Amino acid sequence: MSTMNVETPAAIPGTSNLTKLALVALLVLALVAPFGFYPIFLMKALCFALFAAAFNLLLGYGGLLSFGHAAFFGGAAYIAAHVVKVLGWPPELGLIAGTAVAAVMGLLIGWLAIRRQGIYFAMVTLALAQMIYFVALEAKFTHGEDGIQAVPRGKFLGLLDLSDTNTMYYFVLVIFALAFWLIYRTINSPFGQVLKAIRENEPRAISLGYRVDHYKLLAFTLSAALAGLAGSMKALVFQLASLTDVDWRMSGQVVLMTLVGGVGTVFGPLVGAFILVTMENYLAQFGSWVTVIQGLIFVICVLTFRKGIVGEIAELIRRTKGERSSGGGGGH
Amino acid sequence: MIPLLNIPTQILFGQLLLGLINGSFYALLSLGLAVIFGLLNIINFAHGALYMMGAFGAWLMLEYLGIGYWPALILSPLLVGAFGVLLEKAFLHRIYKLDHLYGLLLTFGLALIIEGLFRNYYGVSGQAYDAVPDLLKGGYNLGFMFLPIYRGWVVVASLIICFGTWFAIERTKLGSYLRAATENPKLVQAFGINVPRMITLTYGFGVALAAMAGVLAAPIYHVSPLMGSDIIIVVFAVVVIGGMGSIVGAVVSGFGLGLIEGMTKVFYPEASNTVIFVVMAIVLLVKPAGLFGKAA
Repeated sequence: MSTMNVETPAAIPGTSNLTKLALVALLVLALVAPFGFYPIFLMKALCFALFAAAFNLLLGYGGLLSFGHAAFFGGAAYIAAHVVKVLGWPPELGLIAGTAVAAVMGLLIGWLAIRRQGIYFAMVTLALAQMIYFVALEAKFTHGEDGIQAVPRGKFLGLLDLSDTNTMYYFVLVIFALAFWLIYRTINSPFGQVLKAIRENEPRAISLGYRVDHYKLLAFTLSAALAGLAGSMKALVFQLASLTDVDWRMSGQVVLMTLVGGVGTVFGPLVGAFILVTMENYLAQFGSWVTVIQGLIFVICVLTFRKGIVGEIAELIRRTKGERSSGGGGGH
Repeated sequence: MIPLLNIPTQILFGQLLLGLINGSFYALLSLGLAVIFGLLNIINFAHGALYMMGAFGAWLMLEYLGIGYWPALILSPLLVGAFGVLLEKAFLHRIYKLDHLYGLLLTFGLALIIEGLFRNYYGVSGQAYDAVPDLLKGGYNLGFMFLPIYRGWVVVASLIICFGTWFAIERTKLGSYLRAATENPKLVQAFGINVPRMITLTYGFGVALAAMAGVLAAPIYHVSPLMGSDIIIVVFAVVVIGGMGSIVGAVVSGFGLGLIEGMTKVFYPEASNTVIFVVMAIVLLVKPAGLFGKAA
């Protein structure tokens, strides 16, 4: 499974600084964004960006295509909504509960799914996620087609009133930034390097003495937990957890976001999530045409645009840098 | 009527028959998936959407052209199969050299497009298809249960189709080419056989199987744009359980799981939607390669 990815920009000398620069620029942009954009839209985009980044951790760096990440996103949304609304827990505990349950689900589903590879892995995750969907459809606490509505946002640590949209935005932004930092650190850690090694050549990683299954399972669990965090956050932002969140189409959507932005790039999932959330906003009035257009984007991406937007940009930078250094007589 | 484990026999056998019918569709669809995967190395996510197209084909022919059940049973799979050939020519053949996962993503995109278009024109509620020919109407009282003829016909028809496919692939000259090309396409090409055309036609054939299942399903279920995505994920689980190595495996696990699902409806209805996934989880624990699969 060596072609399902793009090299990370960090692997090129000099681009690591570029990545840091982009991180700072994005942070500044995110801080002032509520003055120019509708905060609910921004929060939705941030939730999906985290969801996609979590998914990308698994596909882009572990080479594992999960087609069932909606189970963690939606499952956690239900848990967070339930404990906040019915049990009256504060929002921070709601997020923790959602994330924890998603992590446990990830551990179980991952434990089963890593027994198969490639296409079968994708089908197993899809099927197990569908099982979660049916559980959500039939369980009492999820309220079937209605979902859990009117979830109170509550007060963070009893101090910050999150029902204020701007406060909520910065709350979401901080959590997103922390989670994204965690993903960034994971990618660049020794653990992340081993994951990439497994992605590139699994038998080789085994022969080097790595317990490949442990790495895969840990990556799967971490990815599921972070997807759960995104889902719990989404439940608080929209004050709603519904069947849409656990549907297989949601799993497809996060795949598409990552693919459009660039599989295996740091910023790709963010870019992809923003583009698709924006698109959905503008196309909402056209009903099922959104599905058709998403399908078209899938087809176009697979046929002609496999590196995604960020992947193509990174390629461009790499090429111009390569030209410059070879033009300068191999300066370094 | 003799109750068995406190379940009236009528209900028990009624559900078993329903299970057999669902199993027929699982078998036909996983058979098509297995045939396609064997040669193309692609998991056809669009299989459910094409099954739905088959059902819609029959419905549209009746609605606008007045074409009845029997012609539709042949025409609809032919048309949808031809559409499959177009899909292969236009899209799939471009990605054979890439990682198999891209095939899944591409056909997923195609499934979204097809389903979205049908939803756009026909909504999600579904249409009734009442064109069962007189020959298949009514039913027999077998004493222990009532057997509607059409339902019996679906089981028989799908067994015939499955057997025909098995025979064509395992016992004919053409089938031997196909099996050879599955093992080693380059070598078969070197013997002067047009492998790319064979791949295209194989995809068309697998798609036609799905469409035929769709026509068979049309009088039983509502013809709805969502009928494909409802069934395809279950079929994926069936494929994981059976393994995609053999035709017999696909058929046996299709029918078997349909029966298990039917039984679950009798004894523990709450779990009937999830039982196949639970079976899949158990199979993954006990025999990760699938019941009929070779070790990956």
